[in-house]
Amino acid sequence: MTQAFRPLDRDGMARQVAADMPDGAYVNLGIGIPTLAARYLPADREVILHSENGIVGMVSAPADQPPDPGLLNASREAIVLVPGASLSDHVVSFTMIRGGHLDISVLGAFEVASNGDIANWDTGEPGAIPAVGGAMDLVVGARSIWAVMSHNTREGAPKIVERCTYPITGQAVVDRVYTDLAVLDVDRAAQRLTVRAMVAGLSFEELQRRTAAPLSRAPDCRIVEP
Amino acid sequence: MLDKVIDSMAEALADVQDGATILIGGFGIAGIPTELVCALLDQGARELTIVNNNGGDGPIGLSQLIDAGRVRKLVSSYARSVGKTGNAEAFAREYEAGRIELECVPQGIMAERMRAAAAGNGPFFTPTGYGTLLAEGKETRVIDGRGYVLEQPLHGDFGLVRAMQADRWGNLMFNRAERNFNPVVAMASRVAVAQVESIVPLGAIDPEGVQLPGIFVQRVVRREGDR
Repeated sequence: MTQAFRPLDRDGMARQVAADMPDGAYVNLGIGIPTLAARYLPADREVILHSENGIVGMVSAPADQPPDPGLLNASREAIVLVPGASLSDHVVSFTMIRGGHLDISVLGAFEVASNGDIANWDTGEPGAIPAVGGAMDLVVGARSIWAVMSHNTREGAPKIVERCTYPITGQAVVDRVYTDLAVLDVDRAAQRLTVRAMVAGLSFEELQRRTAAPLSRAPDCRIVEP
Repeated sequence: MLDKVIDSMAEALADVQDGATILIGGFGIAGIPTELVCALLDQGARELTIVNNNGGDGPIGLSQLIDAGRVRKLVSSYARSVGKTGNAEAFAREYEAGRIELECVPQGIMAERMRAAAAGNGPFFTPTGYGTLLAEGKETRVIDGRGYVLEQPLHGDFGLVRAMQADRWGNLMFNRAERNFNPVVAMASRVAVAQVESIVPLGAIDPEGVQLPGIFVQRVVRREGDR
């Protein structure tokens, strides 16, 4: 049976994230698809990007910029400081992160649970080197946490679950999930997931079948065209 | 006269003892005092505890120190290879062989633990890591409905930092985002050694432009070129 819908690709997911950024927001974008969202920020909105290494106010560098280790984001990509930018050290940068001064942190994830738990740092593979980076500070600190991931694993297993099976990064922190199939709001107190948007051609029943936690559909649920 | 300028890196690190805890500034490839780490390799101290955000980034410096079996323990937030540039193979090999201990610390907690040490504070409660594997074995407490983990100050016997400019009092200026962990590494260390690109006369750095006051820096040495 052929699928009647097409999942979003990485850029498609990044576009969804970017389109929801409010004007004037301070935002930290994690490695991978979250960082890709910087390319699709609406031109009429001022979104101020933060990086763990003390940068506030940056955009991607043009390809011909001479390399400077002092001008890299946390994903090690070359950046340009924008007018109004500031630089600080790690203590101040993580004071911004943990102290609730960032509006949004967007992170990649392995799993998100309906209680708002997120797992994104350790697949629990035996022998794997534990490495967490700044994720545990970001999830407890930023005012709003958005997770971005494919809806299912390559094998088709749901990544949105009732309880995370991988070691978690933070408890009850996620506000919204962007997947290649849908955008969902997380009501952590009620442990309820509300579908805000779905890709064109996907039925709500099929989305539910691919999700290991109960979903409800927002009355104004949008259809995302590829 | 207060003059913290030392002629050579070897001299600046001569008194590092076996078993010392060495805080090293830098984040990824930015702001790493690579030449000082190489001088530490030549100096010979063993059984070191190294604190750095990464686990050796590329083949030169920390990777060599790890490769030479000189590091007993690494305290790090991200001791894995990152893409093409962040090669942490030496650490991965030693870790797999069980020859090096790893304490994985959330990045902001690494900075804050050093800040606590620098500021004369004791342990502190933080929400970071509460309910996760990294809180295991640590005291936790719920205060006003929020969970916290008790974290310990992180002191260094030596701190190795990289800066752009210094004067003989040790006042430092950094190149853009190469500042990262460097100031707190210096502040949390008993002996902070700064490798710098240039040494300028007192007064050449605008007092308001000093990014790390020299009171936190004990030794300044000019970078000895690439090895």
